[in-house]
Amino acid sequence: MRASLIRILALIRKEFLAVLKDPRSRFIIFLPPLLQCLIFGYAASFDLNTVPYAVLDQDHSAASVALLARLDGSGVFERRANLTRAQDIALSIDSGRALLVIQIDQDFERNLLSGRATPLEVIADGRNSNTAGTALGYLGSVVQGFNSDWIDEHGGTPPVVRVVNRAWYNPNLDSRWTMIPSLIGTLTMMGTMMLTALSVAREREQGTFDQLLVTPFRPSEIMAGKAIPNIAIGLGQATTILLVAQVWFRIPFAGSFAVLYAGLCLFLMAAVGLGLFVSSIAKTMQQAMLYAFLLAMPFVLLSGFTTPFSSMPDVLQTAMVINPLRYALDITKRVYLEGAGFDNLLSDFIPLFAIGLLTLSGAAWLFRKRLT
Amino acid sequence: MTPASTPALQLDRVRKSFRRETGESVLALDDISFSLRRGGLAAVVGPDGAGKTTLIRLLAGLVRTDGGIVDVLGIDAAVDPQAIQSRISYMPQQFGLYEDLTVRENLDLYADMHGITVDERRRQYARLMSMTGLDPFQRRLAGQLSGGMKQKLGLACTLVRSPELLLLDEPTVGVDPLSRRELWEIIRQLIKEGLTVLLSSSDPDEAETCDSVLVLSGGKKLMLASPAEISRLALGRTFVATPPDGMRLRDLEARLLADPRVIDAVPESGQVRLVTREGCVVAGRPAPERFEDGFVVLLHRAGGDSEAGPRTLTQQEPPIRDSAGETVIEVHDLVRRFGKFVAVNGASFVVKRGEIFGLLGPNGAGKTTTFRMLCGLLPASAGTLKIAGVDVRRARASARQHLGYVAQKFSLYGQLTVGENLAFFARAYGLDANQTRARIAWALQQFQLEPYLRLPSAQLPGGFKQRLAMAAALMHRPEILFLDEPTSGADPFARRAFWQRITTLANGGVTVIVTTHFMAEAEYCDRALILDDGKVLAQGTPAQLRALAPVQPGRTATMEDAFIAIVEGSRSDSARKSAPSAAA
Repeated sequence: MRASLIRILALIRKEFLAVLKDPRSRFIIFLPPLLQCLIFGYAASFDLNTVPYAVLDQDHSAASVALLARLDGSGVFERRANLTRAQDIALSIDSGRALLVIQIDQDFERNLLSGRATPLEVIADGRNSNTAGTALGYLGSVVQGFNSDWIDEHGGTPPVVRVVNRAWYNPNLDSRWTMIPSLIGTLTMMGTMMLTALSVAREREQGTFDQLLVTPFRPSEIMAGKAIPNIAIGLGQATTILLVAQVWFRIPFAGSFAVLYAGLCLFLMAAVGLGLFVSSIAKTMQQAMLYAFLLAMPFVLLSGFTTPFSSMPDVLQTAMVINPLRYALDITKRVYLEGAGFDNLLSDFIPLFAIGLLTLSGAAWLFRKRLT
Repeated sequence: MTPASTPALQLDRVRKSFRRETGESVLALDDISFSLRRGGLAAVVGPDGAGKTTLIRLLAGLVRTDGGIVDVLGIDAAVDPQAIQSRISYMPQQFGLYEDLTVRENLDLYADMHGITVDERRRQYARLMSMTGLDPFQRRLAGQLSGGMKQKLGLACTLVRSPELLLLDEPTVGVDPLSRRELWEIIRQLIKEGLTVLLSSSDPDEAETCDSVLVLSGGKKLMLASPAEISRLALGRTFVATPPDGMRLRDLEARLLADPRVIDAVPESGQVRLVTREGCVVAGRPAPERFEDGFVVLLHRAGGDSEAGPRTLTQQEPPIRDSAGETVIEVHDLVRRFGKFVAVNGASFVVKRGEIFGLLGPNGAGKTTTFRMLCGLLPASAGTLKIAGVDVRRARASARQHLGYVAQKFSLYGQLTVGENLAFFARAYGLDANQTRARIAWALQQFQLEPYLRLPSAQLPGGFKQRLAMAAALMHRPEILFLDEPTSGADPFARRAFWQRITTLANGGVTVIVTTHFMAEAEYCDRALILDDGKVLAQGTPAQLRALAPVQPGRTATMEDAFIAIVEGSRSDSARKSAPSAAA
């Protein structure tokens, strides 16, 4: 037992030395997550900062000017063209100069003054459905503001149902608030899976694995010695991203660090287990790299990272029970933004633990099998 | 065409230094001047780190000098290396064969790269294939060729165009005696066709057959002369001594090496061949001097006694267990199949405690497969295999505690320093902190690794890598030491030092299993086994094996003679046997 512990510690120490001694590999482990986190934080936002639009104002009334002034004053809408003919609408959209074209009919003000509802026709560039949807949403809220002001000044019947938005956990619905906590799981999974998959394959390729196998190491000891340093490195990466989220982007942390790190440990155990599993199948580093990539790509895309998990076909949703990232995203977002505790997250903790247990023991079994 | 009177090579005060990653600068070539005429075979010989590879790369126009003039075929290498490269061919130590392509596809690739026309190809291929004997293997993947065949294919690829000068960097490293002989026949034929060949070698026996030899050591030129002239340096200083009854050959050798008047001593054909200092008579009767003797004298004179020198003091450790003579390894009818291919076919042997046991055989004979089964890295397909009474594969991991293993290829952690590697293996074998410290101190002193303690092991000079690998395998004082081709590519001095260490270990009770294709090294073994094509052809003491060689008048048979006779005899036997069955 004691000898076994000495051996595992020796292997852990060796793994850390091998990875952290080399300035290049230190750089590869910590710089890309940091950079990606900053880049994603600034660039990969679902929020629209500017909505270029064109207008075909056929009314030229005080009311139409007031509406347009409201748009231009929003800080988001940016008028690119004042069109004079209906034929120009298509041109504005096709050329990509405008995301929206707003058409105001000539009886816009007259209808409003006489208390009648008046249509405001909006054409959106649907080639990018996400952006168009968001832009239309913004326009809706500007028009809603215009409506209530109009009623205050001119009187009239207010709409029967008024929606009052209050987004919990992210009051401004800032997409960065969901993006950055998601990166904690996504980036560390990519990193640790690759690192682990390569670590055994590298030893196999360089012949050091044979050297290891003739020592008294048992497969389970090799497994532990390989898994623990990689989990620790994963935790280091996750902490880096967490620090960027709080210190740089100042996204308030609502939950408990104990819950978050407990979740991360389970998640990293699963990710490292998958990496070791890949490692035990691959013969060369190249194969290990390809296999790991083959797994990581769909895991990221089908995790709910960018697209809603619930809108995926049922088959895929079922297949993704093996995807550790899916649970990790849930944990990081909920702990970070909502402040969820252990009892709320059992449905994530249990599957992660199961994946970790299965992959690690599977990998140990495969190691042994490949030896015999 | 330049007139034949211009020399092939002319070097004038050439210097070249490199910077190690640790920052220190190493002078690889120091003020080298020589000239070499066209035609014939020249060898660059010297111990590891002498600057042989640097010199060849310089001549191939691949690196620039720091100073001095390199002139190849009348072209200044500093001015137009491209022009040189279009007229020479160069085969590096590790030739770039594409292992996933067939023999023919590799040839085509190199022919394409050199823009050889289709007609030219037809002519060249036929010549090269018959010369190298690769004709029947044209469709085989290069990765599936044996080491010797790969080297021949490399040579064929280098020769797809007809160069004026051929540069070969250690072409016979890792090649067994049979394949080596075939390679040399090819090279001699090329010389006959009028080609100028310059090759590097760390094996003095090969240099003996060249027209001229350049001896390098530590980046300095010691001599450029004919082999005969170099041999004469040892005139009157070479002797052979026969061990008295009851004394082992390697013990006599060790005793002679301990004598300060002796420069070198090697076991050969049941005797010890020794070279003494000028005017000293130590033991034995005078023997005719050879190239290697002169080479040793030359290096000794140049002060090569310290690091490159043959003498390394190894102090004996207290014996591990006193029960000498007990059986440690027992192998019975061992078989290993890979699919249809039978790599090891019914091998049986027994090794006793404290013995040095050699596994000899050409490349692809099944040595490494047998070896891997013994270490528990590969399961046997059939047969029994017991190490210290247990089957290593089925036994608990703790059974491996008694084994030490040194792989053929350096396989310690390259990024880790010497000290970190030693510490890791000590801990891996369960040594506690105090024991680890003590064993590291022992290893650093024993293997003279102290100056390299903090150097990443990947940056160690070749010979020291091997020392480190051995030190790591000995951290836990194993009872059985497995060594796979430990001396492949090492120079004669490193090999002598290595065998001295092994001898000391064996005298301390360690059982040593070693594979080698240097037949002369079998002389150090207590017993050896010769494998070819997966079958055990012969086994016994060196004297018993040597007795299997055909009697040649005027000289005692060497181990190499015996080996070639045994292997060729078995191959022609099996050819005879398979011929009628194929017809039927």
